[in-house]
Amino acid sequence: MSLEQTPIVEIQNVSKQFGSLYAVDDISLSIYPGEFFSLLGASGCGKTTLLRMLAGFETPTTGRIFIDGQDITDLPPYKRPINMMFQSYALFPHMSVADNIAFGLRQEKMPKAERDQRVEEMMQLVQISKLAKRKPHQLSGGQRQRVALARALAKHPKILLLDEPLGALDKKLREQTQFELVNLQERLGITFIVVTHDQEEAMTMSSRIALLREGRIVQVDAPRRLYEYPNCRYSADFIGSINLLDAEVISQDEDLVTLKTDAFEQPLQVYHGQPLIAEMDVTVAIRPEKIRVVNSSGTHNANTIEGVIKEIAYLGDVSIYHVELPSGKRIQFTQSNIQALAEQPLTWEDKVCLSWQADSCNLLLE
Amino acid sequence: MNKRLSLPLITLLVFGYAFLYGPIASLIIYSFNESKLVTVWGGWSTKWYGALLENQQILDAAWLSIKIATVSATFAVIIGTLAALALVKFKRFRGRGSLSLMLAAPLVMPEVILGLSLLLLFVSMEELLGWPARGQTTIILAHMTFAIAYVTVVIRSRLAHFDFSLEEAAMDLGAHPVKTFFWITLPLIAPALVAGWLLAFTLSLDDLVVASFVSGPGATTLPMVVYSSVRLGVSPEINALATIIVGLVSLAVLIAGLVMYRQEKQRLREMN
Repeated sequence: MSLEQTPIVEIQNVSKQFGSLYAVDDISLSIYPGEFFSLLGASGCGKTTLLRMLAGFETPTTGRIFIDGQDITDLPPYKRPINMMFQSYALFPHMSVADNIAFGLRQEKMPKAERDQRVEEMMQLVQISKLAKRKPHQLSGGQRQRVALARALAKHPKILLLDEPLGALDKKLREQTQFELVNLQERLGITFIVVTHDQEEAMTMSSRIALLREGRIVQVDAPRRLYEYPNCRYSADFIGSINLLDAEVISQDEDLVTLKTDAFEQPLQVYHGQPLIAEMDVTVAIRPEKIRVVNSSGTHNANTIEGVIKEIAYLGDVSIYHVELPSGKRIQFTQSNIQALAEQPLTWEDKVCLSWQADSCNLLLE
Repeated sequence: MNKRLSLPLITLLVFGYAFLYGPIASLIIYSFNESKLVTVWGGWSTKWYGALLENQQILDAAWLSIKIATVSATFAVIIGTLAALALVKFKRFRGRGSLSLMLAAPLVMPEVILGLSLLLLFVSMEELLGWPARGQTTIILAHMTFAIAYVTVVIRSRLAHFDFSLEEAAMDLGAHPVKTFFWITLPLIAPALVAGWLLAFTLSLDDLVVASFVSGPGATTLPMVVYSSVRLGVSPEINALATIIVGLVSLAVLIAGLVMYRQEKQRLREMN
């Protein structure tokens, strides 16, 4: 996806105030055609309010929203080229599956023959053709989700909004449906905008993620960049698990920064492109899977520390180890369980030497 | 738990039912009495039902009562639905609290006071505006006044469980708000509307106090006829009439109950 494309959705300085509270606080975003864009954040971060403003159920207090260059800020929901899949699915209980899907097409007065064909197409798309005559209460949770999806797609909207699309499904079904949604989106080429609080869901499905906090955008990036290069403590901590160390800048040699920390005696080394000031307080973030166990030689090298294993969590594919450093600070690292039964597995109270590369951790300014 | 009832419990049950339904049962039985004397049994007969059909005064009153009940119930449902929608959908507006309170007031207001206050209102309106002349119109207006309160309660409780994201979904799919109301909201709350209408109809049909206050010459409802004829002595004709009314009211209550039961079942289905 090239950034020279014209955005299909442009959100310009949008704020939404409820009483004295800003649910959405001066957000600007551009979303490009064909993107699978996620709004990610904890509950109350304003992601749902932002989605509802796109759908037209809420009006921004200030700011404008453009779709394909057209200002839609003041358009009512029934005049927007956008459809939405609701968290509760909101299927009409008094209508059959086919009538639910046909509802939107009836509103635009599509001829019956064409309408029936479109409904059939949609039901095939999400594999529910056999359920056409059923009422929503006769369907399982997964089937309802499909009907809701088919109904929202039936009008061939330019943009599909999905509010916690997988929230009501159980774990197995959710994982399977994630991939189906992505395949569907790629096949149809419609821009998807998803609201979710589940970081795994956002990471799996999205082409880009906007991380929100208290009505503001923290970071907008592709999943990989968001994980590898968080721009602040909040996004580092929100996505996956991470070790955060308070540190102080000692020196900078080109891009290689040397720091000291209260957590251990050895110096810390991190690559960082921007110039820093000596004695500046920063945070160093290290992902647990980037830490390796090494032979306990050269413990005075940078990024090499010693500690004692205090906790082990066996997750099947990987194990998480909590290591206590002499300073009392705890660091976690993960190891994949390649061998079913290793000869000398790491165990409680084992003394280990940990090391990581200067280019596999991040320096965070805030 | 022991599901069989013990003797004292059965005795209590029999007494309870006898207390509630004994008088009505005796009224129904005596409506088939041959004798003209209400207290003396003279054998089975349906002649008082025949006599009832020839009593023009009672037939006129019955027709008037049904007209009044139908019109007032219909208007009460329309206004009550709008009031309930306003109260449930809009959580914050100026006067919401007082609207809610004033809607509930007729539920607890003594009928005598309601009747008297409406009479005073109608008299002064007639003097100032020349409308409404006391009679059928004023009874309809008075019955609407208290029926709206009951209808609002019934519909409001249905709307409290209504998933308004259904309305949003309809609008999102391109339906205008008015269309959304008639296609989505109305069909889903229809059972509550029917129950509310039947309740309002029944309340209007058996109201004596308020109607007596606000009625004028020429407009005599059925309960008024019954009451005035009983003062001259209970006639077997009135027993026959009362039996018919009991039958109609039971039927209405039964239908309302069934409708509400089905609505409750539908609501439970929607929830899971």
